[in-house]
Amino acid sequence: MTNLVWLIPAFPLTGFVLLLVFGRRLGEPQAGWLATATVSGSFLSALGVFFGMATKPPEERVYEITLFEWIPSGELSVGLGFLADPLSISMVLFVTGVGALIHMYAIGYMHGDPNFSKFFLYLNLFVFAMLMLVLGDNLLITFLGWEGVGACSYFLISFWHEEPANATAGKKAFVTNRVGDWGFMVAMFLLFFNIGSLKYSDIFSSVIEADALTQTTATGIVAMLFIGAAGKSAQFPLYLWLPDAMAGPTPVSALIHAATMVTSGVYLLTRMNPVLAEAAGWSIDMIWIIGLFTALFAATAAVAQNDIKKVLAYSTVSQLGFMFVAVGSGLYVAAIFHMITHAFFKALLFLGAGSVIHGMHHEQDMRKYGALRKAMPITAFTFIIGWLAIAGIPPFSGFWSKDEVLLAAWNENKVAWAMLLLAAIMTAFYMSRLVFMTFFGEKKWGIPEHGETEEETDTDDDGTHQITPHESPTVMWIPLVILAGLAATAGLLNLPFSYGTKHLEHWLEPILFGNEVHVTASGQTKWILAIIAIVGATTGVLAAAFVYLKNRSLAKQIEHSVLEEAWRFDSTVSNFMGGPGRKSFEATTLFDQKIIDGAVNGVGKVTQRISTKMRSLQTGLIRSYALGMFIGAVAVIAYFVSRMGF
Amino acid sequence: MEAVTFFIAAIVSLAGACGVVFLRNPVHAALSLVATLFGVAIHFINLEAYFLAAVQVIVYAGAIVILFLFVIMLLGVDRAESIKTDPIIGQRQIAVLAVGGILVLGALIGVAFSGDVTGVPPESAQKSTYEGGTAINSDHVHADDEIRPDENIKNIGRALFSTRYVFALEITALLLTIGVVGAVVLTRRPKGELEPLPDDDPPAIYQDDTTNLNVEVTEEEHSDTTEDLKLNELEIEAPDETEVSSE
Amino acid sequence: MILGLSIGPEYYLALSALLFTIGAGGLLIRRNPLVMFMCIELMLNAANLAFISFGKEMEDLGGQLSVLFVLVVAAAEVVIGLAIVVAVMRRRPKASIDEVSVLRG
Repeated sequence: MTNLVWLIPAFPLTGFVLLLVFGRRLGEPQAGWLATATVSGSFLSALGVFFGMATKPPEERVYEITLFEWIPSGELSVGLGFLADPLSISMVLFVTGVGALIHMYAIGYMHGDPNFSKFFLYLNLFVFAMLMLVLGDNLLITFLGWEGVGACSYFLISFWHEEPANATAGKKAFVTNRVGDWGFMVAMFLLFFNIGSLKYSDIFSSVIEADALTQTTATGIVAMLFIGAAGKSAQFPLYLWLPDAMAGPTPVSALIHAATMVTSGVYLLTRMNPVLAEAAGWSIDMIWIIGLFTALFAATAAVAQNDIKKVLAYSTVSQLGFMFVAVGSGLYVAAIFHMITHAFFKALLFLGAGSVIHGMHHEQDMRKYGALRKAMPITAFTFIIGWLAIAGIPPFSGFWSKDEVLLAAWNENKVAWAMLLLAAIMTAFYMSRLVFMTFFGEKKWGIPEHGETEEETDTDDDGTHQITPHESPTVMWIPLVILAGLAATAGLLNLPFSYGTKHLEHWLEPILFGNEVHVTASGQTKWILAIIAIVGATTGVLAAAFVYLKNRSLAKQIEHSVLEEAWRFDSTVSNFMGGPGRKSFEATTLFDQKIIDGAVNGVGKVTQRISTKMRSLQTGLIRSYALGMFIGAVAVIAYFVSRMGF
Repeated sequence: MEAVTFFIAAIVSLAGACGVVFLRNPVHAALSLVATLFGVAIHFINLEAYFLAAVQVIVYAGAIVILFLFVIMLLGVDRAESIKTDPIIGQRQIAVLAVGGILVLGALIGVAFSGDVTGVPPESAQKSTYEGGTAINSDHVHADDEIRPDENIKNIGRALFSTRYVFALEITALLLTIGVVGAVVLTRRPKGELEPLPDDDPPAIYQDDTTNLNVEVTEEEHSDTTEDLKLNELEIEAPDETEVSSE
Repeated sequence: MILGLSIGPEYYLALSALLFTIGAGGLLIRRNPLVMFMCIELMLNAANLAFISFGKEMEDLGGQLSVLFVLVVAAAEVVIGLAIVVAVMRRRPKASIDEVSVLRG
């Protein structure tokens, strides 16, 4: 069945083309169901490939197929091919699975939107690009997908582009990604220059068997790859775009900014682990240090946010930081495990938040929420499961994967572990804050504010002077339930208890080429660390419960405005680009105009002036011309006379 | 004898040349050109080119100069032009310099080659005209240098129709035909109104205050004579005349 | 003494040079188009004289034949030149060649 791997990206591509041509005619909701069907078809093909692979022995689980030669250019020969191996199939499974669920959810969420089919068109294109990224058998196909998801991210974030803030957010995402893409491209150039091929199999065999890369080159490549990964996976300082990207519709946030696109960076580094193994220590240390810093930084910012989606956005940045800590410490399996569980619970949380927003008629400020669990029971129930998962409460999946990451940090550096634990406690705190403010406590909706009349508080126009939040339609809560189930049980993938339960580790072994670092801690240490983590998470939950359910006044001290503005980093960058940055750009433009254009135009002007002077020779008078000819004849004869010998 | 003839003819030619250049009246200039042409014909005879001397007189002095005189009379340019100043700045001075320069260079060349003026005679001069060559004296029967005018024309005839020159001869026939056709075409009266020549400012190098006066004077005088010509060119002037006469 | 002087080609060439120079000077100085033409004829005659004298020196009829062709061409040139003069100067009876300066830049 593995030779069906080409079907996996073919389905969403077909969906994209069909929606491009027929989308408007299909209308709502047929366009949405078509899109969902294609992604589900992709998922089923992926399942087929997975079963085909699983039935084979581990050595044979790598399958390459090249469809045709894409770029035959001298020494560079790049083919359009797919590489189906354990890592890519794992990613494909959760990308298409979660993607299909989100497509279904979006049919309900985008109900009534005038550009309904365009949304699904972009979503399908995005899934196609993501699949190319994951399934490509060489770096250039991955880059194609990389750029594709960046472009689709731009389209989807600025979907409601009539609002200028949305368009700006889309632009910001694209430009920030581009900065990272530069790093990716330089890494590609370095790899091609040193190895001569961009295909993963060629690169790995050269690096492992033929030692083709010096340590310096490998270090450079890793640094550049990390820049690319930081752009896509929103690490400091290229995280700026992710909170602003919440301007897009919630299904977009769920799909792109929680489950799939932002994980591309982690995927890339895991895929290139042989190159990372050759690099010098400082570049690898840089990866986990930046990951750790990002995790803490984003966690502190999430504590003070009032927009429900912004909390989740900073939470995503923080959790990505966790994954990079694992990658930097050499425990790639932990990173992938956390990526998978994060996909499930973060998508669940985002979709749940979307459900809340939908039910509250597009109100996103959490200060207007409260006691929603009675009004939206299914949403509340699934959301709580997601909350427990991300907080790290056993037996939900988040606990197991976060524990692996903390173990990776402990293995690397004890101080790093302590800081990461602090970040985990803060995660529990702010997520609990979110849940308590939204679903518990007193209700803050439907109460007229100072100066508002009773009619103005009636935002659902049913004649009563209260907003009545309602539960979402079926097509929206079915994905929530499925994701909740996955978030609860995904921990089974890689339970640490014994060798036999570590399924993910065995599964990913062929692609790791033995580069997985083994944790040197004893079993007892691991138990202690796990208990400390549980205690920390519970403390966070209880602290949030105390502040937000009992004594709200403490909240002001915690939610410092600096935290809300994410330490004012974003505004600093904007001011810099707007101020000195713009001045330097204008100076460059001026240089181009005055000097370069001036030189070119100057040549023209000089020619004009010379020719104006020469024009005076053309008098039109015959006798002047005759004189000129005569003088010329005299000159020629004089020349010949001067050469005669006397 | 040859020397006496040479010097007399030389003086005549040079006098005629100076006359062409310096006489103000064009008809006088044409007549002194005739004098020069005659002088040159005598030189030809001195150089034993008898046929060409005759051709020179007949064609040049007898046809071309007559043609010149026809045109002078036709256009009425029988008035003198002022030769004192030259409207183009610097023309005269530079012309004198150039002419002087040519003379100096010519003298230098003459000095350089004194004693060995000519080079090697060409190969075709070895053969007589009977054999397709171009030797001047084909009949070596006459050993002495007697004057034989009829031999010259016979030799020229034979040499001209040899392989070397016959093509050129045919082309000259064509050339003359083209000349005739061209002359007829160029001098046809145009149908309809002719556009006036543009009357822009003259170029900076041309400074002339005197000609305008002359133009005014001679135009009035000429309106009588040109009345006889076709009137469609002179539509501008005809109403003026009627106005003048009505006043 | 002067009667016995043998006139070599140098004399004829010197005369030819003088005639040519005078003709060139006249061409540059005179303003009447017809007189300029006559100066051109002077120059052509000077060239003919040189041809004939060289021909005599080399004992080659080529000199005389060349003069014949020069004569033909001069005749054709005069015909066309005078036709042009007539065509241009017809409307300006008192014409100087300086007034025909339309082709200037």
